[in-house]
Amino acid sequence: MSTQQQKPETQESPDDSEMNGTESPQQERLEKKERSMVDERSADESDLEGDTVHIKVFRYDPEVADKQEPRFDDFHVPFKKGMTVLDAVMYARDTYDSSLTFRHSCRQAVCGSDAFFVNGKQRLGCKTQISELQQPVRIEPLPHQEVVKDLVVDMDHFYDQMHAVEPYFKDEDTPDASDLEEQRQSRENREKVKMSTRCIWCASCMSSCNIAAGDNEYLGPAAINKAYRFAMDDREGDEIKEHRLRILEQEHGVWRCQTQFSCTEVCPKDIPLTEHIQELKREAVKKNLKFW
Amino acid sequence: MSQSYNRGLIEDFGRWKEFSAGMWAWIFHKFTGWMLIGYLFTHIAVLSSAVTGPEAYTNTIQGLESLFIIRVLEVGLLAVAVFHILNGLRLLMVDLGVGLDAQDKSFYASLVLTAIITIASVPTFMDGVTI
Repeated sequence: MSTQQQKPETQESPDDSEMNGTESPQQERLEKKERSMVDERSADESDLEGDTVHIKVFRYDPEVADKQEPRFDDFHVPFKKGMTVLDAVMYARDTYDSSLTFRHSCRQAVCGSDAFFVNGKQRLGCKTQISELQQPVRIEPLPHQEVVKDLVVDMDHFYDQMHAVEPYFKDEDTPDASDLEEQRQSRENREKVKMSTRCIWCASCMSSCNIAAGDNEYLGPAAINKAYRFAMDDREGDEIKEHRLRILEQEHGVWRCQTQFSCTEVCPKDIPLTEHIQELKREAVKKNLKFW
Repeated sequence: MSQSYNRGLIEDFGRWKEFSAGMWAWIFHKFTGWMLIGYLFTHIAVLSSAVTGPEAYTNTIQGLESLFIIRVLEVGLLAVAVFHILNGLRLLMVDLGVGLDAQDKSFYASLVLTAIITIASVPTFMDGVTI
């Protein structure tokens, strides 16, 4: 999202300065940006111009007496162009309250540690522009996971489900290293699994799925997507694929999905989760159908 | 880690304003499904009046149809059934993996179609009944 906003600026700045000597290019750029963002802009535009962002952050800590009752803390953070939700909470932590706790690491949507519930939607803090959100920005820990402290949720269950589908390449059929130095994958097959390999284990999908919320045994979108990534990989043998489908077609596997598309909608990596789950359902049916 | 705070049911229906199209489609599909099951039982109850004889059945039907509220409920039943059918077709497409990118649009389309068909049916259902 941030790259999209930067684009027009870098492309057009040289033109602007050359062609319109009288009007300041900065102003023009601002106007252009304003126009393109008008529909995404928050209702309260003056807040952004007045260069502070109002964020409300969920606070809870069972070990501190006056934080045992969950509450929201308000922070007013100076707005900087290109500021993300993660930048805002980091500023609040560094400047106002060093006890504000949240997970973050790479800040570029790769590590998957900073998934928050921002304005009612699961989003990656580092990938969400503050300027796109309505203020005040409500930042909460992921729903349907137990809160450990502030924005930190217990991820154990999510990781258990991920590991349950054996999310690693199995090489029982791999020929000897002397025969073959690399295991090639066809371009078509790579394209097929491409999107599913992008998962960063942020648990946004699991948190958005209300089937997963009601059924603790349900594998969840992320785990099924992980299984899809390997089940659809041609380099794995048929036996292993069958083994994977056996895990998935159990009661709490793919059949729990009721196609609400919540996961697909929140996935910060735009993985078509529902599509993958549906495809595995069809695979599971095909595997068991017999016409004789 | 010893203690953790669970936010309970507020995480679900307390957030209805934030639901997306797919979620609403799911809720409406469940709701209309249960309504249709409920209707099946009343339908059987009405039909079973025929066991006593043709007159009893005719009287039941005529008695019910003369009531304004029954006519209104019939319109509601049609709306529920039409939505369930249309959304069922949508889900069939989803299951076949067709047009998954347009799932929200097809949900809105089924809502609009339901509304049109329901409104168009009102004159027929309301024919010859007094409040």
